[in-house]
Amino acid sequence: MTFNIYDFTSFNQWIDKGLNSIMSPTWALVTEWVIIGVVFLLFYAVVGLFLVYAERKVCAFMQNRVGPNRVGPYGIFQTIADFIKLLMKELVYIKDSDKLLFNIAPFIVIIASFMALSAVPFAKGLHAIDFDIGILYVIAVSSLGVVGILLAGWSSNNKYSLIGAIRSGAQIVSYELSVGLSLLTIIVLAGTMQFSEIVEMQRNGWFIFKGHIPAVIAFVIFLIASTAETNRGPFDLAEAESELTAGFHTEYSGIKFAFFFLAEYMNMFLVASIAATVFWGGWMPFHISGWEGFNHIMDYIPPFVWYVGKTGFIIWLMMLFKWTFPRLRIDQLLTLEWKYLLPINLVNILVMAFLVLMHWHF
Amino acid sequence: MNSFLKYFTDIFHGVKSLLTGMSVTGRYFFSPGQIVTQQYPENRKTLQMFERFKGEVIMLHDSNNQHSCNGCGICENNCPNGSIEVIAARVPGEDGKPKRIIDRHIYHLGMCTFCGLCVKNCPSNALGYGQKFEHAVFDRARLTKVLNQPGSSIIKGVE
Repeated sequence: MTFNIYDFTSFNQWIDKGLNSIMSPTWALVTEWVIIGVVFLLFYAVVGLFLVYAERKVCAFMQNRVGPNRVGPYGIFQTIADFIKLLMKELVYIKDSDKLLFNIAPFIVIIASFMALSAVPFAKGLHAIDFDIGILYVIAVSSLGVVGILLAGWSSNNKYSLIGAIRSGAQIVSYELSVGLSLLTIIVLAGTMQFSEIVEMQRNGWFIFKGHIPAVIAFVIFLIASTAETNRGPFDLAEAESELTAGFHTEYSGIKFAFFFLAEYMNMFLVASIAATVFWGGWMPFHISGWEGFNHIMDYIPPFVWYVGKTGFIIWLMMLFKWTFPRLRIDQLLTLEWKYLLPINLVNILVMAFLVLMHWHF
Repeated sequence: MNSFLKYFTDIFHGVKSLLTGMSVTGRYFFSPGQIVTQQYPENRKTLQMFERFKGEVIMLHDSNNQHSCNGCGICENNCPNGSIEVIAARVPGEDGKPKRIIDRHIYHLGMCTFCGLCVKNCPSNALGYGQKFEHAVFDRARLTKVLNQPGSSIIKGVE
């Protein structure tokens, strides 16, 4: 066995060969699918629980508080305790609700974020599916989540849920444009939509440095738009506690509520890892073309650490947004998108295309 | 042209104010020394309550075990839920006339809502707030307190 934290390709091939040597190719493939599924499920649960804890801690520090500190050292088992509590709660039946849609909605939301996660490159070789249209796939799949939110609001037989869901629909439909266009700016620079190639192209400098001004503008727009797309504050009008009790998941309890909650945090993680991969080089270490010694030192830090560091920083930024800015009104939200972000984004793409044509990027 | 300019100045003003807000919360995040939360049971030994904290109603006594309560009963009349009972006594004064002094100032802590009307209305400022706040007891009768300390007397010249 050749286990190498800098390159997981040989490790994957070792598993593949081992499985193929003891069973038929079809069964080996099925076993691999199951292994990947279980690994992702565990990863999903662990990261989701950790992010909830991190959010509570970060929010507390930003408000000069201590945060959870009673369950376990520094309160690290707080979210696990919360999760066990949610598991044991009753699943309340809602009178006159659309039973099928009501039950299916949390699964649509969680499956959408689960599917999108599969295209994220975590490290060299740690990549479940490497589509040649990876970015398109992620945009398409992650926007499926809004269907689940709309269904949850519609089937709950509750006006607050419905208002929250409709707001969420309007919000995601508009901000999807900005997310797509800001990623398109980088696709213009990269010339590919395949995640592995996008990461590989940043070997001699991350895109945010290579594409300088338009890339920075695209990154800021992506950050704003993706915060809106994950329904997080300051764009959390879909669940606006002070107006709509809890928005689309008002009527959900127990594990179904936990699914919505987990999906929200995993969407944040997903968006942060897309931003890290596309703009900050994903698992690629920090390289400056020409400085061979410096690049060599940077290569000693494992790719997974780079990936986690960048993603963590962007998640921290999104938490900073949530705990700093007040919530936008629905008209302010749409004004921000249609009058500011979208025109700036369109001009930005033109600038980037011009830059690429003139070879003014690094 | 004017509205065109306004569009861009709006963006810059918006970005600037957002960054100001983010710098405030960011500074809080990176300065854990500013945390104001009191972690109560752990810091019980060192906990300092604030001077204005309304823990319980007490009668202020000076070092000679003297207070300034003359037993007028205004606190009792002002108490909205009857947690104060003033039991006065009459003693012969210096000039031979009977004089009203306090015998027992009974305070039912279990009924008190800490509204502070008694402290506010006391004409001779005999009442005040104590800093104690751990009032839990196993027997309700122990919440009934006598505020004037045994053997205390009134300060000369207050009556």
